[in-house]
Amino acid sequence: MAFLDRAARTLLLAELASGMGKTFSYMFKRRATVNYPYEKGPLSPRFRGEHALRRYPNGEERCIACKLCEAICPAQAITIEAEPREDGSRRTTRYDIDMTKCIYCGFCEEACPVDAIVEGPNFEFATETRAELFYDKQKLLDNGERWEKEIAARLAADAPYR
Amino acid sequence: MAEVDIKTTTINFGPQHPAAHGVLRLVLEMDGEVVERADPHIGLLHRGTEKLIEYKTYLQAVPYFDRLDYVSPMCLEHAYALAVEALLGIEVPPRGQYVRVLFSEITRILNHLLNVTTFALDVGAVTPALWAFEEREKLMEFYEGVSGARMHAAYFRPGGVARDLPAGMEKAIDDYVDTLPKLIGDIERLLNENRIFKQRTVDIGMVSAEDAIDWGFSGPMLRSAGVPWDLRKAQPYDAYGAMDFDVPVGTTGDCFERYMVRLAEMRESIRIVKQCVADMPSGSVKTTDPKVAPPSRADLKTSMEALIHHFKLYTEGYRVPEGEVYAAVEAPKGEFGVFIVSDGTNRPYRCRIRAPGFLHLASTDFLCKGHMLADAAAIVGSMDIVFGEIDR
Repeated sequence: MAFLDRAARTLLLAELASGMGKTFSYMFKRRATVNYPYEKGPLSPRFRGEHALRRYPNGEERCIACKLCEAICPAQAITIEAEPREDGSRRTTRYDIDMTKCIYCGFCEEACPVDAIVEGPNFEFATETRAELFYDKQKLLDNGERWEKEIAARLAADAPYR
Repeated sequence: MAEVDIKTTTINFGPQHPAAHGVLRLVLEMDGEVVERADPHIGLLHRGTEKLIEYKTYLQAVPYFDRLDYVSPMCLEHAYALAVEALLGIEVPPRGQYVRVLFSEITRILNHLLNVTTFALDVGAVTPALWAFEEREKLMEFYEGVSGARMHAAYFRPGGVARDLPAGMEKAIDDYVDTLPKLIGDIERLLNENRIFKQRTVDIGMVSAEDAIDWGFSGPMLRSAGVPWDLRKAQPYDAYGAMDFDVPVGTTGDCFERYMVRLAEMRESIRIVKQCVADMPSGSVKTTDPKVAPPSRADLKTSMEALIHHFKLYTEGYRVPEGEVYAAVEAPKGEFGVFIVSDGTNRPYRCRIRAPGFLHLASTDFLCKGHMLADAAAIVGSMDIVFGEIDR
């Protein structure tokens, strides 16, 4: 009987038909793809995207040039130069991130004691030239301005875990 | 008629061949359609990870491990974290251990989903890959939810994990893994009995238990040959001792058996994930030793001592006592080990990485000899090769 059963299954392509049936049943599943760029997948508050330098609500830069991010960066992508201002406060004169070197590990954000450098939610910053990926301080501060609302919300959402 | 000497042909299989899994260059000496000798050439993805780690602090070395076997990043961080913890002599709190086990098993599912289905792709079945990539995307959302990155997580750190699970994550994982057995069942329905799949895999690349041990196999490659060796059982690390799971073992050690073992392992991983979520203890996820684990943000803003610790940890890092240690985990591909020699400074003196794929790849010649060219693709596919860890 077992032999007949097997022979019948082989001749009738039973396993192939069953597999095709299964594949066909997936036609009626809800579609899994999203219509990027109009639809996007979910992002958590911890997502590590494009960097931004933040400011205090009064407009003053947060960064105090402690250079912790420069020290911890495993890819050595961050370069900082600093000198005191006329008012005696310590601020950066140069804050460059080489985005082609950056590995998006998030250590700079973890290291920053004043929440100045953060990795924001933006992951769409492709450029046409390589040079555009060498971010300077102005570019990072502009990013901070552009994304401040989202960044603040993300930091608040993740604050209990940090 | 005089005997004709048939000259073998040498062909390049890869490094840009779709079935060569990354940057494997396999030089095949062919006698007609039959492989006479297979010579894997490696090194095309060499980045000098081991040497680079010698110039990084212990924390900075963590992201390098994500980039070794980029299909199962968290398991590799796990081996490194265990090694550094052994040198430091610190204990991870129970919750940290459970979170690590939970994500190690998610990683195993991620890895096996990719391998099983791309293996099927190599032998002609496209559909499972389309299904599995959808599920992988969902699993990577959990990765992203805890660590902030879909692949290169840098989540397991010496001393625990970077941050606690966000609220609702355990429930989401628990709900999600309930849907996975259906997918595994669907893949089985497509492939297990399929005559094309079986013709391409059964009795291909057979290896006996003795040979498997002699060649240094580990993981599913070893277990499919009938050796019930699993580091999670043999030397339980973290919370694996408290988990109830079986080790799937094969018999014949051919490509089909390796596929079956991986499917069974995914089912066991689901069991472990469910146990982790059910028994998840409360408390801290990283060691409370302020000399190793950075302080919380709240402490950082109010306590001078915390700030000093923070500055120390993110500039100099922590000093690890002199000594050497080997720590291994059962990564999805096999025994992934990290051997660290510390000279008492804040950087490892030497960090040697034992990648399971390297030893598996070394047996290519042994496994492929006498098989057809098309079988070589099946064998390489079933070995679960990822070049990040082999070339390091």
